[in-house]
Amino acid sequence: MSDVIGRVAVSPPAPPRRVTGGIEGSALGDRVYSGLIWLSAICVPLLLALIAIEIAVAGWPALHKFGFEFLTSSAWDPVNGHFGAAPAIYGTLVSSAVALLIATPLAIGISVFLSEFAPPWLRQPVAFFVDLLAAIPSVVYGLWGIFVLLPVLRTGLMPFLRDTLHLGVLPLFKGAAYGPSMLAAGLILAIMVLPYIASVSREVLLAVPRAQREAALALGATKWETIWGAVLPFARSGIMGGVILGLGRALGETMAVTMVIGNRPEISASLFAPGYTMASLIANEFSEASGDLHLSALMAVGFVLFVITVIVNAVARWLVWSVSRKDAGS
Amino acid sequence: MTAPTLAPQPSARQQAFTRRTARTLRRRRAVNVVMVIVVCALAVLATLPLIVIMYYLLKFGASSVQWHFFTNMPKPVGEDGGGMANAIIGTILLIGVASLLGLPVGIGAGLYLAEHRGKALANSVRFLSDVLNGLPSIVMGIFAWQFLVRPLGHFSAWAGGVALGAMMIPMVARTTEEMVRLVPVSLREAALALGYAKWRTSLTIVLRTASAGIVTGALVAIARIAGETAPLLFTAFGNQFWSTSLNQPIAALPLQIFNYAVSPYDEWHAQAWAGALVLIALIFIISLLARFATRGRFAGGSGD
Repeated sequence: MSDVIGRVAVSPPAPPRRVTGGIEGSALGDRVYSGLIWLSAICVPLLLALIAIEIAVAGWPALHKFGFEFLTSSAWDPVNGHFGAAPAIYGTLVSSAVALLIATPLAIGISVFLSEFAPPWLRQPVAFFVDLLAAIPSVVYGLWGIFVLLPVLRTGLMPFLRDTLHLGVLPLFKGAAYGPSMLAAGLILAIMVLPYIASVSREVLLAVPRAQREAALALGATKWETIWGAVLPFARSGIMGGVILGLGRALGETMAVTMVIGNRPEISASLFAPGYTMASLIANEFSEASGDLHLSALMAVGFVLFVITVIVNAVARWLVWSVSRKDAGS
Repeated sequence: MTAPTLAPQPSARQQAFTRRTARTLRRRRAVNVVMVIVVCALAVLATLPLIVIMYYLLKFGASSVQWHFFTNMPKPVGEDGGGMANAIIGTILLIGVASLLGLPVGIGAGLYLAEHRGKALANSVRFLSDVLNGLPSIVMGIFAWQFLVRPLGHFSAWAGGVALGAMMIPMVARTTEEMVRLVPVSLREAALALGYAKWRTSLTIVLRTASAGIVTGALVAIARIAGETAPLLFTAFGNQFWSTSLNQPIAALPLQIFNYAVSPYDEWHAQAWAGALVLIALIFIISLLARFATRGRFAGGSGD
């Protein structure tokens, strides 16, 4: 009996040893594991910093030579070695503004339709349909732009706006209708940013509490008055976030814009005139850059684009987050 | 808005008030009808671009997509039977290199974000990955050019893959985080209570439970980088010849579409449409796979 007890007392050490071994091993494993995922996580800030540094270093010669004038001068003259990014910055802002002016009402329209009017079974398919727009690559938009949109603009829309509607009296719609233009860039950008704005505003509108709608309806408001007075104000800052997110996309779109904007470094008041955006300038002139200063000027444009998009994205995220915090709090 | 029958005859002022109210109500109802129509019209208008673009892609692309498009090399203008075999292989290789970099780092970062919620580092990494996600792809391209192409002195598939992989990191990190967060805490606690080490719990229980969602996230990220052109202009550069060497410039479908689209030749335009159709088909297939991967596992999970 004592023998048995003794044996019983003696034999257990094997499993405990394995367990302790497991715990020690797991302590090591845990350290390796948390080290690895920490390393992966730290990659994100490092990558962002590395991008900023590398592009700043590449653009430094041009930024240093032209100083603040780089942002304000409109002389982009590779032959004589003068570089001012003003036409590209102007073109970026104008084409993005046109895009947002067109895309925002459409995006809000379809989001309101989906959240207020559409039967639930229709929501998912239609939302998926619009989201598919985001899956089409930029270069395919550009291809479509060159062969479908530009001819339509040249022969149809531009003469219609200028002559039939007599908008040609405004400087905005003056000049010859060649096709490649700021307007073309704005239109194609509008299609491209539409899914981004639409998906954010759809989420935000669907998150508006039912009580908000029911209270308005109970006061005798019509459907539209409910939407306009109770639903949209509630979702305003979230939709704003979506629009700014779309702006971030529009500012940096490259291929489609390069293919339809006409690529000329000039500032023109007319939307019918060709122009440049920062991204299309870099993409278009990179392969034929004449000399180091030209390359450096292109990189400096890239740095300006980097800074602008980081700011725009940060603001957009902050807006969207502040809305979701508000929802969580209420 | 009829006058109450039991009440005495309303005074003139009351009648005027009733009429005014009726008028306002008519106007409000009219505005309502008009605006409902406007909203529906905007909704229809918003779905039009996709239909129009797909229509032209099929119209112009379908006639040029033949078997030799997948097997032949690009041919000079005037020769029949050109294809994009090298570009298709190039795109697949670039996606491979990008996934090799983007998936492990992205999933690791996502695990960190999910397991260290509320920590200052996690919050800032989450915020910065959203910022990184919003960076224009061309910025990633010139970064990779300055970082990898310029010091080495030549364009390469590696540089292209790194640029695309860097774009994948924030996308994969955020979807991984979302998916890991959906895993019930009780599951993790059960594993820990059974004596599993933390790392084994995370890898074999949590990650495996969330795997369908993570696969979806990875596929969505791949679908997005597959069509990227701008970063490749500065890195992979394109190649008219057959090349599978990662140290050399390599062809890619989007680059080839771009070069053909801006060329002056009709035959090349047709090839560009064919390439666009093939690229879109590839992307849609990947997106559909992504939707199927989560079907039934996380019903109602983010299929985006």
